[in-house]
Parts: sequence; structure tokens; C-alpha cells
Amino acid sequence: MSSEKSIRLPVIGEVSRRTVMKTLGATLGVAAFAKAMAPIAEWAGSETSMDDFLQKHYKELTAEDKSLLMTRLADDTREKYGREVTIKDHKPLANTKFGYALNLSICIGCRKCSEACHIENNHDRVTKNSYIRVLEMSKGSMDMEKGRVDYVHAVPKKDKFYMPVQCQQCEHPPCVDVCPVEATWKQEDGVVVVDYNWCIGCRYCEAACPYHARRFNWKKPEVPKDEINPNQGLLSNRIRPQGVVEKCTFCLHRTREGRMPACLEACPTGARVFGNLLDPESEIRYVIDNKRVFVLKEELGTKPQFFYFFDE
Amino acid sequence: MNGNETMSNHAADVAGEREQVGHLKSYPRFLMRALSIATDGSWMFYVWMISLTGITLVGANAWAVQVRDGMGVTGMSDHVSWGLYIANFTFLVGVAAGAVMMVIPAYLYRDKAMHDVVIVGELLAVAAIVMCLLFVTVDLGRPDRFWHLIPGLGRFNWPMSMLTWDVIVLNGYLLINLHIVGYLLYMRYLGRTPNPRWYVPFVFLSIVWAVSIHTVTAFLYCGLGGRPFWNTALLAPRFLASAFVAGPAFIIITLQLIKRYSGFHVGDKPIQTLVNIARVAICASLVMLTSEIFTEFYTGGAHTASAQYLYFGLHGNTGLVGWIWVSIILTVVATVLFLRPRIIQHRVTMNLACVLAFVGLWIEKGMGLIVPGFIPSTLHEIVEYLPSMVEWKVTAGIWALGLMIYTVALKIGIAIFSGRSLERG
Repeated sequence: MSSEKSIRLPVIGEVSRRTVMKTLGATLGVAAFAKAMAPIAEWAGSETSMDDFLQKHYKELTAEDKSLLMTRLADDTREKYGREVTIKDHKPLANTKFGYALNLSICIGCRKCSEACHIENNHDRVTKNSYIRVLEMSKGSMDMEKGRVDYVHAVPKKDKFYMPVQCQQCEHPPCVDVCPVEATWKQEDGVVVVDYNWCIGCRYCEAACPYHARRFNWKKPEVPKDEINPNQGLLSNRIRPQGVVEKCTFCLHRTREGRMPACLEACPTGARVFGNLLDPESEIRYVIDNKRVFVLKEELGTKPQFFYFFDE
Repeated sequence: MNGNETMSNHAADVAGEREQVGHLKSYPRFLMRALSIATDGSWMFYVWMISLTGITLVGANAWAVQVRDGMGVTGMSDHVSWGLYIANFTFLVGVAAGAVMMVIPAYLYRDKAMHDVVIVGELLAVAAIVMCLLFVTVDLGRPDRFWHLIPGLGRFNWPMSMLTWDVIVLNGYLLINLHIVGYLLYMRYLGRTPNPRWYVPFVFLSIVWAVSIHTVTAFLYCGLGGRPFWNTALLAPRFLASAFVAGPAFIIITLQLIKRYSGFHVGDKPIQTLVNIARVAICASLVMLTSEIFTEFYTGGAHTASAQYLYFGLHGNTGLVGWIWVSIILTVVATVLFLRPRIIQHRVTMNLACVLAFVGLWIEKGMGLIVPGFIPSTLHEIVEYLPSMVEWKVTAGIWALGLMIYTVALKIGIAIFSGRSLERG
């Protein structure tokens, strides 16, 4: 093949036809690639910023960095959701280790806890997200295989009992071990938190959690302006970005201010007991010391700080 | 492969470079030469590359849409939180590791015929690893934060997170192989004899490293106590066995294509060796699969739920049953075909066996391994998974890009290795 046919071009002069074709092809290719990637530019322009891109890990932030970050996040919420919110960085309390217990004898499976979580934590309205799933179990079996979460009938139903499941705030959390970038960790009071500005969205933690406690933001969360809970925590219920993982934090923005978790306040039967495991006078300690409590999937060695018990 | 067609007047320069001209000058020239070889070819080459470019662009666009609109455009959910991307990633780590089955005969057993074509395997490792890294990247919810994974820059949860191990071994394997092929090609380009000190230690390192990439990838899954389907010590050995089928199967086909389209000499001996490896490995793979299935079903109980879902369906949900039985049939038929005596003389049988094994294992190790790990979920809910159109497009795009990289790499490699880049001038 004699491929060296050439063309005369203005300015450049004599070039081989093949070179012209190659250059043309490469130019077209680059243009097509730019066009194909255009949606990313749209997204980067409206949904993220250079500050966001360069944001450091929570643990590396000074007090000043944090206040800048929280101001930026509040500004974002005002701009995108039209709501004025207060974001605080709630530190773990001294001499505190949070524990939760749930009385299966009196839980009626009404899902009020799940609903309260949905509202309190500014969950996405489209997916009706919540950190709590309530299983309807058959009496005579603790096998979750036989449980259902999608029941739709009046509760409680005869011969059934109900088991709400949320993050167990494990002593040995597999989700924390597997995170490749330390975007999730356990704080001194036992709460496992996520840095929403650091998570890369690989969802390895979701695969590792034995309790289905973690949720991923598959889309940008939608919450109507008037329904947004304005009392927000930097590491808890502030509105999460698209593409990151989130989870139950025992409502740290409430509990670290001496209040009870939203799910507990919503429970109509008083099945939920929350408190400081280090305080011998606390109700949670009474339950653990006096009831026959158990934890879910004990054989996995995760050491949950969430306990279940039957009253009678 | 028409390396000689457009050969410019570099050959004279090359001869000069043999006499110690600085690498600062000769290396850029080598790269330019490689670029020129990579972009020159027959009509068929252009059609092939343009088609692959088109598919890659469709994939790139689908991924861009996914980044903008969120991963809700995939079929994944909080129940099945990994899908087609991680399935392909897992399979391709195997293909990359499988390429070592050319390196071992070539360097450990000093198989001369294999040594002549070993670069075909090393380049496959490079292309497959690039695809693996892309499949992980497109699975990230926040690809803009990838730098958090860079040791020193971000926060690298090593040694606790197996994913950080995977980052190390995959990138390490890529670098080792790039060094080996890069060094050998450059030396060939200069017309020098490669100095064994500069590449043989890396070749031996790459053998150990190949085993490590697939072992670590298995550890990603089998270390999770909450997922009984993956939580088996047999996972890593199974991964390796199937890798040593899929890798060689792909290379056997590639070697024949190279022979047909480039005129590069490929003897029967390397193909024979690869067939021997694949036929043993596919039997080992089937034995382990049988052992796994027996353990699951004979024991019974709640831990069998995922396997039950995969092979027979669970409570009327049968999303993967078709996939896995197709996989089993393909793999078993491939095994029988591979066992045909003197198979190398029966090219149709041999190639059919390779294709069936490749596809069968792609299903088994991909959709058949990743998805059932999530079904039923850890709270025993059954939510099924079907990849969305966006996922198929992105997946096709990455495969197309990988094939482009492999085509170009082979083209450069063969042109330089057969000495044709030096012929004219």
C-alpha cells in the first residue's frame, strides 16, 4: 500500500492525507467526549464547589474550620431548600456511653418510631426513608427469615410480635473496619458517625453491616421546606449530599443535649429505654441488670449496644 | 498491523541511539513512535477502533448522567447495594490474574515458545486492571472524592479495610506490568538486549502479585460475617481457579487473532500449554463449586437462603435462576470440550470451549456471586436486582475502552517486538 498521498493545506502546506484524517478524527473524538461528559459539568456547577472538593476530614478541622463549614452548609440549605437552619457540632458527652433497649413484649409494631425518625432526621420524602425497620415476627420463632417488614394491617396482630431494628452502635462495628477512607468511626459515647463530606460512596459499609442499618443517598434527598427539621447536627440529621452513606446516630443532636431520641419519644407504649450505660442509676442499666436481655446476631461478635428483652 | 508502512526515517536515528544517545531524547521518540503505530492501520483497524470509541462515548455519557442524577439511575438499592459494576470488577481481576499463566511457563519453566508471546499476557493484565479500576470508579457515589483514597493525601484506612489492600495490590500490579512491558519494548526499540536485572525480578514479583490481587479481592467479600453466602474460606481458591480458566481462554482466542491479522509468528506450543492449564483449572473450579453447593444444601438452614435464591428461587423470586443455570451449562459443556484429546487440532471445539468458559465464568463470578450475597438482605428481606440501562451502557463502555487499550497495546508491542518498527529507513 502506498499510503503517502498528500494534500496541500493553507498555512501548513504539504501534509499526508492520513495525517489530515487522523487529526480530524482526533478532534471529532475530543469534541464528542466533551459532549458526552457535559452532564458532569452541569452537576459540578450546581451541586458542588471547590470548597466542597477540598473539604478536609472532620477530625482534621479546627474550631474555625468547622464553623466555616457549618455556615456553608446552612447557606446551602437556605439556597437549595429555602429553609433557615441551625447546624451545630455536638461533641460526645464525658463519662457517657449510650445504650438502647427495646421491650419486645409491649412493642405493637405501629411504626411510629420509624415515622418519627423520618421526620426528625430530614429523610428523603420520595423514598420514605427511615433508619428503623420494624419486623413482624411469628411467635415461637426468632428467625428473621420468617419475619416481614411490609405488613399492612391493623396491629398488633394475634400470634405476632414486633421487632424494630436500627443501628446497633456495635462495640466492634464491621462498617467502620471496612471503610477505606475512615469516613465513619465510633465516638467516645459509643455512637458510630459518618462524615458526609468525606464519604466516597463505595457502599462497602452497607455490605458489611449485618443489621441493614446503613442507607445510601441514591439521589439528592427531597424534603419540602416546611417539613425540614431546622435543629441539625453536623454529624447527624443535617441534609445529606447525594452519593454518600448515612445511618442512625441515636439522634446525637438531641441526646447530647440531654434529650431522648425521637423514636423513643414517639413510642406510644413505652417499649423503648435509652440512657447512659455508665450511670448505675439509669433506667437502661436497670433493664440490663434485671431483665433477660439479648442482642441480635450475637454470634458475629459485633457486640451491639442495642438490647432486646421480653418483659414477662 | 502495518508497522512498516508508515515507518518514517527514525530507523537511522535508532541505529545512532544504540551508541549511547541520552534517554531524554530517545524516550520521547519511542513514545512518538508508539503513538504513530497506535494510530495507523488498515480499514478494518479503523472500523474496529471507531466502533469501540462510539461505545465508549455512550458509556461515558451514561456515567456522566449517573454522576449528575445520582446512582438512583442504576438498578441498585439499599438491599442490593452492589451490582453489575462490582460483578465485572471481580471477574476482570480474575482475567488480569489469569494472564500470569503465560508468565509462569515462560519464566519459571523457561518455555521458549511461551516466552516469545508472553507480552500478550502482560498487556492483557494491564488492560484488565485499567478496566477494574474504572469499574470501581463508576461504582462510587462521589467520584469527585477519589483523592481521599490516595495514601498521604486522603485518609487511608490501612491495614483494617480490605479495600485499601485492593487499592494497593491492583495499582501495584498495574505498575509492575507497565514497567515490565515498557522496559522490554523500549529496549527492543533501541535494539538493545534487555538487562535481566531490570526486569526479571519484577517478573517474579508479578507472579506472586497476580495471586495476591485475586486473593485480596476475594477477601473483600469473604471477610464479611454478616453475609453468609460470601463468608466461606473457599472463595479465594475458587476465584483463583476460575481466573486461571478465564485468563488463558481469552489469551488463546487473542493469540489466534494476532496470528491471523498481524502475521506475527504464534506457534501451537503456547496455545497447547494454555489449553492444558485451562482444562485442569476448569476441573478444579467445578470441584470447588460442587463442594460449595453440597455444603450449602446438605447443611440447610437459614444460611442456605442465598444459594436457594440463586439456584432455585426463594419464595417465588427467581431473578437469578436463569443466569446461573446458563452459567452452569456453559461451564460444564466447556469442561467436557476442554477434555477432548488433542483439542488443539480441533480449533472449533477449542475456541468454543474458550468462549463458553469465559461467558459461563463471567456470569458465575459476577451476577452469580455478588448479587446473591445481598439476597435475602441481612434482615432477610427479599429485594431483587436487575441492572438498569445506564449500568449496561457504562459496562459496555468500559469493556470497549479496555478492548481499545488492549488492541493498541498489542499493536505497538507486536510491531516493536517483531522488529518491524526498525525495518525501514
